[in-house]
Order: sequence, then C-alpha cells, then structure tokens
Amino acid sequence: MRIARLFAATLLAASLGAGSALAEDGHGTNPPREKWSFAGMFGRFDQAQLQRGFQVYKEVCASCHSMRLVAFRNLAEPGGPGFTEGQVKALAETYSVKELDDSGAEKERPARPADRFPSPFPNDKAAAAANGGKAPPDFSVLAKARTYERGFPLFVFDALPFTGYSEQGVDYIHALLTGYEEAPKGFTMPDSGYYNKYYPGHVIAMPPPLSDGQLTYPKNDKGEPVVPETADQYSRDVSAFMAWAAEPHMMARKALGLRVILFLFVLAGLLFYVKKQVWKKVGGEVHGLQPELHKTY
Amino acid sequence: MSSAHATSTYVPKSRLAKWFESRLPLVGLVHSSFVAFPVPRNLNYFWTFGAILIAFLGIQIITGVWLAMHYDPSAGNAFESVEHIMRDVNYGWLLRYAHANGASMFFVAVYVHIFRNLYYGSYKAPREVLYLLGVIIYLLMMATAFLGYTLPWGQMSFWGATVITNILAAIPVVGDTIQSLLWGGYSVGNPTINRFFSLHFLLPWMIAGVVVLHVWALHVTGQNNPAGIPIKSSKDAVPFTPYATIKDVFAVVVFMILFAWFIFYQPNYLGHADNYVPANPSVTPAHIVPEWYFLPFYAILRAVPDKLGGVILMFGAVLILAFAPWLDTSRVRSCNYRPVYRVFFWVFLVNAIILGWLGAKPPEGGYVLASRICTVYYFAHFLIVMPLVGLFETPDRLPGSILETVTGPGKQVSGSGMPAGAAAEPAKRA
Repeated sequence: MRIARLFAATLLAASLGAGSALAEDGHGTNPPREKWSFAGMFGRFDQAQLQRGFQVYKEVCASCHSMRLVAFRNLAEPGGPGFTEGQVKALAETYSVKELDDSGAEKERPARPADRFPSPFPNDKAAAAANGGKAPPDFSVLAKARTYERGFPLFVFDALPFTGYSEQGVDYIHALLTGYEEAPKGFTMPDSGYYNKYYPGHVIAMPPPLSDGQLTYPKNDKGEPVVPETADQYSRDVSAFMAWAAEPHMMARKALGLRVILFLFVLAGLLFYVKKQVWKKVGGEVHGLQPELHKTY
Repeated sequence: MSSAHATSTYVPKSRLAKWFESRLPLVGLVHSSFVAFPVPRNLNYFWTFGAILIAFLGIQIITGVWLAMHYDPSAGNAFESVEHIMRDVNYGWLLRYAHANGASMFFVAVYVHIFRNLYYGSYKAPREVLYLLGVIIYLLMMATAFLGYTLPWGQMSFWGATVITNILAAIPVVGDTIQSLLWGGYSVGNPTINRFFSLHFLLPWMIAGVVVLHVWALHVTGQNNPAGIPIKSSKDAVPFTPYATIKDVFAVVVFMILFAWFIFYQPNYLGHADNYVPANPSVTPAHIVPEWYFLPFYAILRAVPDKLGGVILMFGAVLILAFAPWLDTSRVRSCNYRPVYRVFFWVFLVNAIILGWLGAKPPEGGYVLASRICTVYYFAHFLIVMPLVGLFETPDRLPGSILETVTGPGKQVSGSGMPAGAAAEPAKRA
C-alpha cells in the first residue's frame, strides 16, 4: 500500500508540473476575474444594474445584435430587471413586428409583451452582408456561450462550494468590451478590424462600442448619475444584463438549490441514524474502506 | 432465478395473495431478491453504487421522457426548443439541468462501480457473466450519452457527431454503410438528429433490460465482498432488507447532494460553452472535445497516427475489459490480499485519469507523446500485468471467514438475522 501511495503521489506530482508548465503557453490573454452580485451560492441580480444594462443593450448593442430568444414579458418576470407590466407594454409598443393579415398580406403591428425582441436584420445573411461577412452573434445565450480556459488546478476549485466560479463568460464579455487598445509594435493589423487584448487572435471586426459619457444614466435626488457614466460601467451593466438574458431563472435556481440541499442533508442525517440503529442488531457495521488491511490475523 | 428463489421465505397469508402466488410468484420473487437475499456483512460503501446507478437510470428516464414532451428533434428547431425548455417550460431548467448533469453523475457512479469491481476482483469466477452484462451496460451507456449530447444541436453536438460518425467510416467494408445509415444522407443533418433522437429514446430501455439480467445474475452468484471470499455460514451474511436497503438508501441520498450541487450551482461546469452556440456546419470550433467521461478513450483515439488503428484501439480499450476474467491468473479475488497487483491497480487508475486529462488537451507536442505512453500502459495492464502478476505474486493469507474480517479471529457476535443455513453461498447450492 505504501508503494502504491508513493507511485500515485509521484505520478500526480509529475502531471501537476506538466499541467502548469503547459498552461502558460495558451493563446491570448485571460480576462481578469470581476466581482458580480450574481456570483456564488447566494448571488442575486442587481435590478438597477439589469435595468441600466438593458438601456445599454437597447441604445447601443441592439442596432447590430439580435436577442431572438428573449421576449418583452421576460423583463417583468421575477428574478429579472423588474420592470412593471405597464412599462413592458409601453416598451413593446415602441417596436413593430410583422404578421400576416386575413388576406395573407404581410402587415406591421406594434409589438405586444408576448413577442420576442425583433432582430435588427431580417435574417443571418443580411446581418452578415451588412457587417463585413459575419453576422454579429445573438445575445440570448451569449454569456453562456463564451468562456476561457482556466487550466489545472484552478478548474478543480471552480467546481467547489465557496471557491466556485461560473462567470467566465460574463468576465470575458466585460474584458472584451473594455479591451480595445493600440496594437503592440510588430503586430501586423489587417486592413479592417480592431485590436482587442482579449479577443482570440486579437483582431475583432466590431468597432469599440462603448465610450465614456455615451449614455445618460438615471439621476438621483441631487441630479447626479447613480453610477459613473463611463465605458467601464456601461460594460459591467450590459454584461450583467447578458448574464440574466442567458439564464433568466438563475435566482429561482439558486434559491431552490439551497432548500433542496438542506433537505438532503437533514434526510441523510436521519437515515444515517436509522441505519446505525438497524445494524446494531447484528453487532454494528464495518467501518473504514479496507478494514482488513489494519488487522493482523 | 431458481437459486435465489430457493432462499425465499415468503409465505402468502391472505387468500388473494395465495391465489396470485400460485399463478405468478412475483411477490415471492421480489421477496427472495430484495428482502431475504443474503448479503455479505462486510460490504463497504463501494457496494452501494449499484443502487446509486439504478437510481440514476430512473432519474434519466423520468427527466428524459418529460424533456421529450417539449423537445423538437429537427436541425432547424432543436437548439431553440431546448432554450424554450430552459425559459418557458415550468421548471424546464430543472429538468434539463438534472438530465444533463444526471448523465455525468451516472458516469461518476459507473466508474466507481467499475473500479470497485477491478479492485476486489468481482469479475472472477463465478461472476463472469454478471461482469460481462456490466460491460454491455457500460457500452450502451456510452452510446446513449453520445446520442443525447448531440440533441441540443449546439456546435459541440454537431461537430462531436461529425467526428464520431467519421471515425466509424474507417471500419473496413461496412464503415461507409454504417456512416450513411447514421447520417441518413451525405453529412450530419436533419435526418441524423431525427434518428439520433429515436435511438436515444430506445437505448435506455435496452439498458433497463440488461440491468434486469445483471441483477438476476447477481442473485444467482451472490455478491462479492471486500475479503473476496465466499459466504460460508449464516453468520457471514445479513438479509438484504433491512441491512443493505437502509445502507443503499442512505448512500443514494448522500450522492444526491453532489448531484444537487451540480444542478443548482454548477449546472454548466461539466458541459462546453461552445454548445450554447447553435450548430453551424461552416464553422469548426477551435477544439472539438467530447464530454469528460469519454476523454480517456478520446486520448487513445488521437494517440494513434493511423485513423483505423486509432478506432481499433479506442474500441479495444473498452472491449478489453470483457477479457479481464480470463486475463487475470490469480485465484485471489480481493486486492486487499494481493500486495503486488494492488500497486499496479493504483497505477492503472492514475494512468486512466492522466489519459482523461490528455484527452482534453490539443493533440500536439508533448501531449501526443504522453498519450502514446499512457495508451501503451493501459493495454499493458491487461495484457501483461494481469496474467504475469497472478502467476508470480505470493498473496497474503486470506481470513478464515467473512465474519473474521469484521470481528477479528475467534470472536463471537450476536446473531446475523439470517435463518440458519439460508446464507450458504448460493452458487454452491445451485
């Protein structure tokens, strides 16, 4: 057994060394880890942030990026930005959607809360044609569709309670939106595209979308914006909004999870006690994984 | 179930029960299999994984049937219908996350089950058929999991299906036919997702069928145990109910805590971000990686420079398991009494984990070399270590009885709860 442990430890140590040595030659720069209100076991979306994020989406991103899977009504549902039903109805009416009338002719009507967000382009081909050959990605699940490699051993801690990490996609989006800079010397830029520190390959077709002071945020009593009107803040807000759009039931999920896990712990405790009582009748149970190894005959 | 049935102590009491039992002895069968069945009293928690696996088969079937009510197996709508489940179906997110993570937990449990079997030599006589049925279940599970992973029709679904169906084309003579049959056309497309959905619905019922045979075979030979020695007297055993039942239920609930953690707090941890990008035949993902439970075999596939050779070794890596009962030459079952082979067991386990890690890495540079070394070792374990160590090893002295491993030699314990004579090794009596 001692030899086996030694073997296992050596192999593990060898693989650890190899893992960390190889992780460093990865592609691109990993985004920094940000603090999000919705991270962790007790994480909750910040309603005001989601509302501001929606404002950024609506006023900036929506001119190119669709959000096909999200309906207007979702904005008023629990665990989201918390708009009132009246606000959502009024918002929907500012959009128009196409439908067929009784004669089969296509006509436009104002959108209703049950409608999904109309896309900025009629189809993917039109979106690609208008954007240099590639359609801008849809926003609906984008925060879950992006990630970056954490490498060994970090990915182990990412799965655990308290050190858990599942916001890689949101961190990547925030880093990307604020990651535009001058191309370093010696980097050959193609004719079109922009240099972005965090984009794989560094050349991104999207021009820098956010700049300081670009949007006017809600004011407090003194007439000052509640949060700074900076590109960094806009980016944080829209990233949080995208996290909600990708996972609209996240708060319900985490709340139910807590109750389920607490229940299972209590049930397991009771069953353990019952099991001990049952086994008492035959002189108790064997403990330890290999009890024979610790006995001499 | 003649021999298991012989241990039945069920006596129907009411007239209706007597009438029914004389026409179909179903209650007696259940009673002899899950109540009176003698269980070695020294089983540790590794023996609860059979119950955990049955629980997961049930969970997967129930959540799967429910998901199928809302899912649309077509190339145009599959991705969106999965998101419809996530967003609009009541507790749809719970069903889908339970099903996706349930598949992973199923494999966690089956790997513990398999390695427990390898450590304690459960595959050896008289349990070879029981073991072979287990290998068949494992193969069916792999096929089901692969088919299921293609159904959300994300990028990894599509390209995973493309890679796997392409490697099947490497099989001589029939490869092309198998590939066209799976595709239903000239590439992975709408007919593919239709038939994959149909097969994904079919295979779990085949698993359930083989599980019945697996449990049947178990009740003919009786369970192995950590000492690897047979039940010799009624004091070596306890009746399945309540002793094993309560222990199994407790273990299942503990395992459910792990399952719940992934569903509610890390639902996408074991998946790939790329699978939230809708399938696009004209864009290939940077790295096509299978689900974690296939990674060791994926590493073996890529370790071989030749396509057909890679396919042979990959399938061979699973199929070689089926030969373990005849490759292992030692008469001692449990590694607890095999000081040399025990070391090789742990090296084999670590080697399999490293293969899994290599399967997730791009096939370049040192990773390829490491994959090749680990692949050679994987096969050497079965073809060289298993036969040779059994011949040359001097095993430790085995305990006189199962009871002795629990209490120490020569000590008395209170009764086992088994009727006298009921627990002698069933295989011997059959």
